[in-house]
Parts: sequence; C-alpha cells; structure tokens
Amino acid sequence: MTNGHEQAFNGTDLAPGDEHVGGGSIALRVVGYLTGLGLAILLTATSFFVAGTDLVWEPSIPVALVVLAIAQMGVHLVFFLHITTGPDNTNNVLALAFGVLIVMLVMVGSLWIMANLNHNMMPMDQMMQMQR
Amino acid sequence: MSTIALTDTHYGSAGRDWSGPALKRIVTGYGFWIFILSDMIMFSAFFATYAVLLGQTAGGPSGRELFDLKNVAIETGFLLASSFTCGLASIAADTRSTIWFQSAMAVTCALGLGFLAIEGNEFASLVARGAGPTRSAFLSAFFTLVGCHGLHVSAGTLWLLTMMAQVFTKGFRPDIQRRILCFALFWHALDIIWIAVFTVVYLLGSAQ
Repeated sequence: MTNGHEQAFNGTDLAPGDEHVGGGSIALRVVGYLTGLGLAILLTATSFFVAGTDLVWEPSIPVALVVLAIAQMGVHLVFFLHITTGPDNTNNVLALAFGVLIVMLVMVGSLWIMANLNHNMMPMDQMMQMQR
Repeated sequence: MSTIALTDTHYGSAGRDWSGPALKRIVTGYGFWIFILSDMIMFSAFFATYAVLLGQTAGGPSGRELFDLKNVAIETGFLLASSFTCGLASIAADTRSTIWFQSAMAVTCALGLGFLAIEGNEFASLVARGAGPTRSAFLSAFFTLVGCHGLHVSAGTLWLLTMMAQVFTKGFRPDIQRRILCFALFWHALDIIWIAVFTVVYLLGSAQ
C-alpha cells in the first residue's frame, strides 16, 4: 500500500504545482527549475534593458515590456508551477483561463472606461462657470 | 517508497480508467489554486487603479523622479532566486530529504527577507522625501499595490517559517506535504505578481 503522497500521483489528474514525473530523476527536475530560472533571468534582463535604452524605437517600448512580462509569466507557470497542456492538467488550465479572462476584463475594462470618461469630461473651468 | 518515481502505466490508458473521488492532494491543491487565482483578480483591480491614476500626480513627483530601477532589479533578482530555491525545497520534500528541504527553505526565507528589507527601505525613503501615500492619487495607488504585494511576501515568509518548523517536528506526513504544496504555489504566484509589478509599476511608471 502506498502512502497518501504517492497515491496522489496515481490518478488521471495532477494537483497544481505537482510535476508530471514519469520516472524522472531528481537531477532532471532540478534541470527543469534551472531552465526556468535561466529563461526568467534572460527575460527580466531584456525588460530592464529595453526600458533603459535609447536603441529601441520609443513608442514600441510599452508594448515590448508587456509582451516580455507575459512571456515571463508563461515561463514561471510552466517551469515553476508546472501548469502544462497535458491531459492531467485540464482542470488547472481551465481555472487559470477563467482567472485570466476576469483579470483582462477588470484591467482592460477599467482603462477603457476611464480613458473614455476622461476624454469626454468637460474642462474644469467650463464646469465651474456652469455651476455659477 | 521515498521518491515519486513512477512507472508510465500510471499515466497510460490504464490510468485514464481510474475513477472515484479525487485524491486529497489534488482537491487541496486545486482549491488553493482557485484561491491564488482569486488573489490575482484582486491584484488586477489594484493594477487597474494604478494604471488609471498613473498620471494623477497632483503636481507632486512622478514615477520617473522617484523610482530607483537599480533597487528594483536587485529586488527582482532576490525574488526570482527565492522562487528557484523554493522549487528545490519542493523536490527535497518529495524525496523526503530533511536537510535539503530545511536549507533550501532557509535560503528562500533569507532572500524573501532581503526583498522585504529593500522594499521597506524604499518606502521609508519615499515617505521621508515627502512622497508618501497621501501626496497624490498616483502615490496612493503605488503604495496600495506594491504594499499589498509586500504584505503577501511577509505572510509568505511567516508561512515558510511555519513549514520549516512543522517539518522539523512532524516530518514529511501527507498533510504536511499538502501544506508544502500550497506554500510552493503561493510563493511562485507571488513571483508572478512581482513580474507584473516591476513591469507595470516601475518600468512603465518610469516612462511616465
């Protein structure tokens, strides 16, 4: 009889954060974390470089930073949290997808609405005159 | 019995037929995953607030004048390294190596405390320069967002110490293993949120 921890790996699902280890050795898992660390350092360094340099066309910088950040989040999800596209991870990915949807709605929606309101707002001096 | 080395049959067609209630480790981990996602949704509201109020400095200092990107780079390095050592601690927990687990967790804790020290220093110097949270809407949003992340790291550090103590006294029992799983999820999630913080708050905020 196996203990509780080992049983957890025998089902068809994986807990979020658990790694699909098909006979994988410790060294292999450490290499996985090292790969994630290397990629994350690369992406972070690129982010800081892009933000502080004159070599990149300036209007493209915010877009580049956002893309780099999303890429690094992907690296963390795959290599550190082990959220993968495997069949044992379907529930975890679906929950994540729903979370991302809500996060996007909140952020894009807020920015959009507030920019629109700001654009349509009467300048302050005119507003003052109307209230007189 | 001490490793999680598995044969492939567990994941083959035989594994697919497995049915019945989900195992406790999966239920616990999944529930905590839902909590983390809801935490990220809460953070998204703070991020949206910050992005909207970025230009509302009320004549006060803007991000470009306030932020020291060198400090932010060091903080990022600390948190990234701590995420890596936390991963090593997870492997050590799976293989039940107490010494590796405790040392990896100790390094994670030191890096987390280093991060908190730098952040606390930054906050104190901002307040001392008259750029506290009451100065402008931009700074209110900044302190709320970054402070909330800092609070999460503080709570995570306390949890980390608790896990070290529990492994020390109780060993790698299945319930302790589940707590370690949840802690690792929490700590890695904090690093993911920090990616958004250093990109949106510091790098994009400095461009303002």
